[in-house]
Amino acid sequence: MQLEALEGRVDRGLAFARLFRAGRSNFGPTQACRGSGQGMRGKETIVASTETAGTTRRDFLYLATGAMGGIGAAALVWPFVSQLQPDASVLALSSTEVDLSQVAEGQMITVKWRGKPVFVWNRTPDDIAKSKATEISVLLDPVARNANLPLDALATDENRAAEGEGHEKWLVVIGICTHLGCVPIGHMGEYDGWFCPCHGSEYDSAGRVRRGPAPENLAIPPYHFVSDTKISIG
Amino acid sequence: MSGHSTFEPKNPALKWFESRLPLVGLIHSSFVAYPTPRNLNYWWTFGGILSLMLVCQIVSGVVLVMHYTPHVTLAFDSVEHIMRDVSWGWLIRYIHANGASMFFIAVYIHMFRGLYYGSYKAPREVLWILGCIIYLLMMATAFMGYVLPWGQMSFWGATVITNLFSAFPVVGPTIVEWLWGGFAVDNPTLNRFFSLHYLLPFMIAGVVVLHVWALHVVGQNNPTGVEPKSEKDTVPFTPYATIKDGFGMVCFLIFFAWFLFYIPNYLGHADNYIPANPLVTPAHIVPEWYYLPFYAMLRAVPDKLGGVLTMFGAIIVLFFVPWLDTSKVRSAAYRPLYKQFFWIWVAVCIGLGWLGSKPAEGGYVIAGRILTIYYFAHFLIILPLLGLFEKPKAIPASITEAVLGKNKGAAPASAGVSAPQTKG
Amino acid sequence: MSNTMSFRSSLLRPLAVASLVIGLAVPALAAEGAPKPSREDWSFAGPFGKFDRAQVQRGFQVFKEVCASCHSAHLLAFRNLAQPGGPEFSEAQVKAVAEGYQVQDGPNDAGDMFDRPGRLSDRWPSPFPNEQAARASNGGAFPPDFSTLAKARTYEVGFPGFLIDIVRQYQEQGPDYIHALLNGYKEPPEGFNLPEGAHYNAFFPGHAIKMPQPISDDQVTYTDGTPQTVDQYSRDVTAFMMWLAEPHLETRKRVGFQVMIFLIIFAGLLYFTKKKVWKSVEH
Repeated sequence: MQLEALEGRVDRGLAFARLFRAGRSNFGPTQACRGSGQGMRGKETIVASTETAGTTRRDFLYLATGAMGGIGAAALVWPFVSQLQPDASVLALSSTEVDLSQVAEGQMITVKWRGKPVFVWNRTPDDIAKSKATEISVLLDPVARNANLPLDALATDENRAAEGEGHEKWLVVIGICTHLGCVPIGHMGEYDGWFCPCHGSEYDSAGRVRRGPAPENLAIPPYHFVSDTKISIG
Repeated sequence: MSGHSTFEPKNPALKWFESRLPLVGLIHSSFVAYPTPRNLNYWWTFGGILSLMLVCQIVSGVVLVMHYTPHVTLAFDSVEHIMRDVSWGWLIRYIHANGASMFFIAVYIHMFRGLYYGSYKAPREVLWILGCIIYLLMMATAFMGYVLPWGQMSFWGATVITNLFSAFPVVGPTIVEWLWGGFAVDNPTLNRFFSLHYLLPFMIAGVVVLHVWALHVVGQNNPTGVEPKSEKDTVPFTPYATIKDGFGMVCFLIFFAWFLFYIPNYLGHADNYIPANPLVTPAHIVPEWYYLPFYAMLRAVPDKLGGVLTMFGAIIVLFFVPWLDTSKVRSAAYRPLYKQFFWIWVAVCIGLGWLGSKPAEGGYVIAGRILTIYYFAHFLIILPLLGLFEKPKAIPASITEAVLGKNKGAAPASAGVSAPQTKG
Repeated sequence: MSNTMSFRSSLLRPLAVASLVIGLAVPALAAEGAPKPSREDWSFAGPFGKFDRAQVQRGFQVFKEVCASCHSAHLLAFRNLAQPGGPEFSEAQVKAVAEGYQVQDGPNDAGDMFDRPGRLSDRWPSPFPNEQAARASNGGAFPPDFSTLAKARTYEVGFPGFLIDIVRQYQEQGPDYIHALLNGYKEPPEGFNLPEGAHYNAFFPGHAIKMPQPISDDQVTYTDGTPQTVDQYSRDVTAFMMWLAEPHLETRKRVGFQVMIFLIIFAGLLYFTKKKVWKSVEH
């Protein structure tokens, strides 16, 4: 009889109610199951007969209590998860300014922005020419990955280099290999850009991945020119 | 934890697992089928509440550590960083700070309940002593935790308490320097306290497992102090005790939330919002409220070493209560004299707590001395003698009889013919 | 000036500091005999307490124009002034305030530190570079930092008041004290031995405070027609200090109310569930 009751509950999918119903029929008034305690028998019968009428109400009470407990637990979890996100002081950290007047032609400097290295490269005309001569079709990743342009912009040299009159010699990229996060070494590798020492990815003079396990071109952070010799990243 | 399990899995996968590691069976026998006396009152829900508080403190503590910096120049500001910048940080920090007080409120009620109903008596001596060890570990943990925000009270509390050890002859000064890792409370002290504050709660959790194990071996005491004699006297832990404990916990959480959300600094000290300054002692140094009775005892004794020994003695004496109480009857419900002495002792503890918050001068010190002497007399004189002279009331034959008798409005039934309580 | 000289001597400093405890604004319990600060009607007190936006903005104005010339607030960032639950200035207003301050940054590529206009993420610049400089400029006293000050001051409530405060949810002793202190400057009574360079204050522990009366009527010009009295200034700046010490006070009380409602309903449901479960077992 207990088993039947149990299965009925399973069908209705009332897991919580089932737990308590099981508890009640298995253990509740101890005497009923264990065949002792003559004194309690009468009372037990009464409970059994009111069971049918009271079932819905009791099930509802158990369900409501269980649901409340679940909601409470879920609400309590949120602050403990939410505290993991970058805190207000980190979010407020503003931009980094870079003075370009000190960067000679061909020189590559590294600045820190939001804890990450950013490469700023004053490219030679030769670097630019080589980059421009590269067909999109030979690239491993044809997308510009430029935070200042639409997501689907193509990885042409124009879309990778800085925008504006006389700015095309500047290449600003986040110095983190898109494979597994190492910092690539500049002026190395077959494509005159960067070479990643960890797994051998190679980037060209527009920071586009040309060889190796890296899936994407080096990302370009949001930045703009404050003046002709100064950029603000972020 | 309660020996043989009646759990028989139907699911083949579970059957396979259970035959290799009977984990579900263990949980089932410990927290589902485990028989609990049917007459437990709400004072018995504090065991569950304490487990909840331990989990609450460990979880919030682990999260706080993600943002806290244990260094004298950064500790105070990193706590304020949690309060200001970390998402929901204020909530987690206040949970942890107020949670410590709530933990102690619950543990004091739990201990008073044990003392009132004689839960320390045979065969529960080991259970009681494990509880005393947990209490000691809690005090050490709370003390070191209070040092971490590195406010004025943190610093001077640490200075005063560590200086207690200098009272010991010959080795005292060396012990203190080793505790400090220097010649005063400083960065090394903060770092080691931080390390130990993280470690000790897990030791508490370990002893709690032993405490629960010991409980499940001997079974729970109950308000009558009469051991369950038949299955009639008990109900299964689930759902009966679980739902009752759950209700008790939520009521306790309402009390907790009152402090947490509306007066979160009530139980702390204003001075701890001033960064630690090793050159200036606050005008009025007071430990956290849960140490106040012991602090009063420390100051009641004019001798430095004597004071320290008295204070530690006040805790040590608890370990010997099972043997100091000579009465054959467990529960104060049937011990008319002990019941009165118990409440006097509770009043003395509260009185000592109040004196601990007062300056150590004049009448306060004299009152402190009288209450300190009474505190020890309760354990060392009153308890042993009461057992010899007290005439206990008639004890019911069984729990069921007591329950049914009470509910019929009659006096505990079959008076006089009560079976002797099992003791030893 | 002789004070300043002795502070320059590192050998004498600890001694001098100890002797100047009175100047340290040691908080806590008011000394014996000091009158108890009166309890004020704070908008942020009680279970539904909220900051009065206009008041906290005026308080910031008083802080900026008067207090900040000696007192630091090193945990205050400009961005905080625009965040919800505080003075809630607009971001443009706060940017303008920040740009009015020079903040040290660097080192630059040449290795030098340099000054630049403040940004939202910067902290409120301190008036003195360190504690020693602050003491040297203030007759040996250290003007305490404002960041947590409103929670770091209190007075003894006594029995049974401290129990009633639990039920009333009163923990505004800090603001009461600060308000009382700012209004507590008086002529010293007959026979009171006031140390040189100190001022008599009825509410300061020991009564001899190094801070001269910091503000007088009409010193700060309010634009919203609020009375320009010392009492009003002190209320406003106290409200600002309370926000500074507890910037999430409003969220705390709001969430607290929701949690309370939830817990009470949940406790009710558990109570009835418990009754059902135990219905057939006498206990």
